[in-house]
Order: sequence, then C-alpha cells, then structure tokens
Amino acid sequence: MAYTTSQPQPGGFLSRLGFGAGARKKPAVAAEEMKRVQFTSPVLPYLFLFPQLAVIFIFFYWPSVQAVSSSFYLEDPFGFGSTFVGLSNYTDVLFSAEYQSIALFTAVFTVLVTFLSLSIGLLLAVKADRVIRGASTYKTLLIAVYAIAAPVSGLIGMMIFDQHVGPFVKMMSYFGWHMQVGLNYYDTAFAMTVVAVWKQIPYNFIFFLSGLQNVPVSVREAAMIDCRSGLRRFWTVVLPLLAPTAFFLLTINVTYALFDTFGIIDVMVKDKPANNPVTLVYKVYADGFRGNDIGGSSAQSVILMIVVFVLTIFQFRFMERRVHYN
Amino acid sequence: MTMIKKFSMAAMAVAMSATSSLAATNITWWHGMGGRNGEVINEISQKFNASQTACALTPISKGTYEEALATGIAAFRSGEQPNILQVFDAGAATIINAKGATVAAEDLINNAGYKFDREAFIEGVRYFYADSEGKFIGMPFNSSAPIMYVNPQAFEKAGVEVPKTWEEFEQVAPKLKEAGFIPMTASQLTWQFTENFFSRQNIAFANNNNGYDSVVDTKMNLTDKNLVMMFEKLKAWSDAGLYKFYGASWNDNQKPFEEGKVAMWIGSSGSFGGLQKTASMPFSADFLPYWKGIQGAGTNTFIGGAALFAMAGKPEAENKCTADFFQFLTSPEIQKFYHQATGYVAITKAAYELAKSEGYYEKTPVAEVGIKQLMLPSGEWSKGYRLGFYPQIRSIMEREYNKIFSGETTVQKGFETIEKEGNDLLARFAKTAG
Repeated sequence: MAYTTSQPQPGGFLSRLGFGAGARKKPAVAAEEMKRVQFTSPVLPYLFLFPQLAVIFIFFYWPSVQAVSSSFYLEDPFGFGSTFVGLSNYTDVLFSAEYQSIALFTAVFTVLVTFLSLSIGLLLAVKADRVIRGASTYKTLLIAVYAIAAPVSGLIGMMIFDQHVGPFVKMMSYFGWHMQVGLNYYDTAFAMTVVAVWKQIPYNFIFFLSGLQNVPVSVREAAMIDCRSGLRRFWTVVLPLLAPTAFFLLTINVTYALFDTFGIIDVMVKDKPANNPVTLVYKVYADGFRGNDIGGSSAQSVILMIVVFVLTIFQFRFMERRVHYN
Repeated sequence: MTMIKKFSMAAMAVAMSATSSLAATNITWWHGMGGRNGEVINEISQKFNASQTACALTPISKGTYEEALATGIAAFRSGEQPNILQVFDAGAATIINAKGATVAAEDLINNAGYKFDREAFIEGVRYFYADSEGKFIGMPFNSSAPIMYVNPQAFEKAGVEVPKTWEEFEQVAPKLKEAGFIPMTASQLTWQFTENFFSRQNIAFANNNNGYDSVVDTKMNLTDKNLVMMFEKLKAWSDAGLYKFYGASWNDNQKPFEEGKVAMWIGSSGSFGGLQKTASMPFSADFLPYWKGIQGAGTNTFIGGAALFAMAGKPEAENKCTADFFQFLTSPEIQKFYHQATGYVAITKAAYELAKSEGYYEKTPVAEVGIKQLMLPSGEWSKGYRLGFYPQIRSIMEREYNKIFSGETTVQKGFETIEKEGNDLLARFAKTAG
C-alpha cells in the first residue's frame, strides 16, 4: 500500500549522493512530445505492461485471494481435506483474549515507534542541517545504521538487553531498575521499541534532511528578517514546507512498525514469545507457520489487510488534505 | 549473444550433472538442524553415499524444526516433497495424523526386503513416533531426554548429596543457597516439567490413551492435582530463592549454570556436547528427579528431539533408497558415531552396547545418563503423547508460565487457562483432521 504514496522530491542532498534527481528535470518540450507518442498496435502497450501486471498478480492478488478463501475453511495442513466453517475463524480470533491483547500492543507499539522515530529523525536532521564543519561525517554516521538488516539489529538489541550480560541491563541496575527482557512483559516491550525506533531513525533522517535542504534559502532569509526566534521560524515556515515529506514518512513508518519490525521481534523473543509482547504479523506467522493452522492464520492476515486498507484511506482522506505540495 | 552463450553453458552444466549421477537414484532429506548438528548430518550422508553406489542422498537444511515442518508441508501440497523429512516431537501429531502424507517407516523397510525389528530399539524410543498398535510411523533419529546437570563444586561446598527425588531436593536446596549458589534452573518447563512430569510420574497426560487412539474429543489433563502441586512447589521455590526462572528462552536459563552460579540445571541429554565447550567448571549429570510420594512414579521419560519420516508419493526405487538409508542410519556403527558426535542418545540397544564395550561411558559418564533414563521401566503413561496443534499449545503454556512466575496469575488459574485454550485447539485440530 505504501508504494502508492506520492514520494517527495528527493533533491538537494540526495542528488549530490547521486540518487537520480537529474531525470526529474526534463525540459517541458520533451514532456509534450512524450504525450503525443502513439502506439502502432493496440496490443503493444499491454505487452509492455504485462511483466509488471504479472508480478503484481502473482505476488499480490493471487496470494490475497488465496488468503481470503482459505480463511473460511478449516484445513488439514497437508491439504487432504478442508471443511467450510463460514466466519468462525474470524470470530474465534476476534473473541480470543490473547488476540485482543496482541492487537492492543500492536496499536500502542505502532504509535510509539512512529512518533519516536519521526520526531528523533526530524530533530537530528534539523541539527545536522546546521552543522558546517564535518557535516558529511555526521550524516554518514547517522545514516549508516540504516544499512543494518532487521534481524541483525534484533540481534544487537538482544545482546544489549541480555538478562545476564547486557550492558544496558547492567547500567540500569545501578539505578535500581532490574530489567528482565524475555520475562517481564514491559521490559521486553521497552527493549523492542528502542531497537525498532533506532533502526528507523536513519531512514527518516535522510528524508527530512533532503526536505530541509529543499527549503529555499531565500525563504529562510526572508523569515529571518521577519522573526528572530529560531523555534518560531521552524514552526511557521520550515515545518509546513516539510509537510509532504512528513506525510510520506508517516505512511512509511506506520507500515514499518506494523510489518517490517517482524525480524526484530522474531529475533528478540528468541523463538519463544511466551508472555512477551508480539505484533499481529508475528501472530500470523506463529499460527500459520509454526502451528500449521492455515485457516486461522489466513483469517488473521485478512484482518490485517483490512486494517491497512482502512489506515491508508484514512491517511489519504484526512491527512493529505492538510499537506500542501509546492 | 552473450545471453545465448550463458544459456547454452547452463544447459550443458545441467546435462553434465545429470549424466554424472544417472547411475544412482537421488533422494533428498530436509532437516531442521544447524551448527555442528547440521554438519554431522552432512557427514552421515557422505558416509552413506560412500558406502554404496545405488543411491545418492542430498541433505538440505531448512532452518529450524518448525521451518522444516512448514516447508515440508508446503512442498507436499505442491507435489515437491523430499523423500525424507525431519519432524520434531511436538509436530509428531501433525504429520502422523495426516494419513497418506507418509509411508510408515516399518512398512517402508519391510517392503524393501529387510526385516524390521521393533525390539532392537531401546524402550524409551519405541512408542513415541509409532501408532497405537506400536507400528513405527517415523524413524526415531536425534533422540534426547530431559536430564539434570550438576555442578559438583556446589554440592561439595554445601556438603550435601545430589538429590534423586524432589523430596530430597527440598532438603538440600536451602543448603546450596546458603553456600552461595542458585540451587536450580531449568531450560524448558513445557518439556521438562509438563510433558515429562506426566511420563516420569506415570500420570495420564490426555484421554484417548494420551491422544494415540483418536483425535475426537481428546482432552488434556492439565489441571491434574499433582501437576498443579509441582508448579506450586516451583513457584514457592522461586519465591524462596531455591529455583530461578529466566523466562521461556532455553539459553537464558542455561547460561547461569555455565557460569558456575547454579548447582543443578535441567537440560537435555543432547546439551552435553555444547556444555563441554561452554561450562566454566567440571560438571556431571543425573536423572530428572521425581516425586517419591506419588504412587508409581519413577518411570522413564518421553523421548525428545525428532524423527525422520518417509514422505508418500515417491517412486518405488527412491523408497528403496530411503529404506536403505534408514537401515544404514540404525546400524550400530553409525548410531554410535552420531551419539558421540552430537550427544543425542543411541536409539538401538546394539549401538549402546557397542559404545559401552569400547569404554565410552567410563570416559564420559554424562553421555550415558540420557540413555539410562530412557531405558528405565516404562509405565502406562510414559510411552508418548499425540496431540494436535501441539506447538501452539506449548506457546500457551509458555505464556502462562511466565505469568505464573511474575505473579500475574496463580498456578491453578494458569493451568485452567492452558487447559481451556489447549482443549479448544485440540477440538479445532480434530475438525481439520476429520
């Protein structure tokens, strides 16, 4: 769903890195000619579209339809037989106390991770934007984390928060907080949130920084004459100009917290969720792949599809209205 | 042009590899083992391929136990199943109840012209992967038992003997604590204190003959008063500092023992290979304790680990090769090799005798504890259990056990929840299997 979001123009900083911003600036004449191109055969455009459509169909629509259809059945894992059970897979899941608590955690986790990684990413971008000496060193150091794969960052988190040898746990014990990640629900939730936020900050940082560098110097200088307070200038001038970037990042971050944190969670609960917090996606995996309950797991993934669908509509209907693209 | 070149090269490579192995029948083995255990599987396969020319076995690691089972199932549904699939203890019901997914190991071996001898296997491994008539469906492979590892320094310092029963544990644990040790940790309460509480105490785990006879109306006996008593004791010991619970993760509970802080650690007989490298002190091992006060307690434990299943829908020639490999695998020399290379128990009497005659257990007595525990007399309820969706039931147990030790729920309530949710899953499984 996130891929349909209109991307902000990654100019400035990104173009210097060589992130193909040049192609964007086509002369208007060329664009006019592009429009007038006619295909000689009516089949040809479809032929060009075919590979893309095939990929979308095979990897998105087909599995989705399969998930929807198997969510109405109770199925033997090996496929020897299945019984139509109507909506009972859905009711079983929705009325289960465990599912409800996982859903609640997922909501809280998503809000926290999105809010923290966006705000910290923005703060760092604003600060890095002002640095003059050694700017590229700072930026590289901040961005480098993004290159770490999710399971690896989970692994790093696991070591930092290890019950026995974790340095963070040792440090906290001096303050009287005896963390037990893997045993105490809230300690594990804390550790997961920290790792998930840490992993996502660089991504937000890159986009915010490029957004900031796209704010015209003339606008900033004009604002400087009107207003002395730096904070107020940021709120009234810079932030509104960053809105398209922020909106794009909001969508990406929500999807990240909902889905892409799977690797981190899987590694941090060490294959044994027990009473530790997990997200809805992890539950789909646990029931489907570990428990071999295809019907129940499909029903859960359909529920997730609906959640994402509703969220996307909400974001575009109510949030995008407030965003001004220049 | 270069593309065409590449394609023709690839085609040639395929053709060549096909001709080179044309003489042998290829069979595949999907397993869920990594690290050293995965390497040993490769070594065994090489030994098998070197021992004969008719068959060529290719082992492929599919990740963890659960991933191996999930990929095996997905492959079966699309007709791409391997000849041999390794399935772990908790997944046994899933594959055995799927009639038509596998060929019973016993039939496979008899059809290939060998004579299958159930009596050749040690007592504890004979029933777990068999049907209710005792016919072997899966071929037991890596087999382990939950045993108690001991830090002798702790016992020396406290001046007490290693306990054989939980009654004795209650006597010695306070002294071990006084001596500055955590008396006990345990790595997997589901396996060691639940499933094997039933086997070691010889108490029924579920109706329908522990689930062997039928999936219909199978219900677990998790509010059994003795089981509840065991966990109330564990909770009381935990509160008194006589037992420490570090959550559901295996390693979090093993690590303090390796560091020499713990007097007794309940692990797996298969742990000792790794423990030899990681433990900071000498260690020994003993049987999993039991309650002397419970009538009939002290029987053998269920076998843990995994078995190999011959998947159905394969040509006769390949099945013959699979049977050949099973025969090879259970030969005393290979069993002894596997036993010594990994720490899993030898599953045949002949292999055990062979290792014994060579003086292996005099040098490494710890390696014998698991086998001896599996060879204890078995009771009516220590042969095995067959419960569907069992991996999920274990997850429910793990969740409630965390809650019990953090004080969020009581032992009684925790087990009531597990029993309720677990029995719901069993009913659900009966629907899928029926």
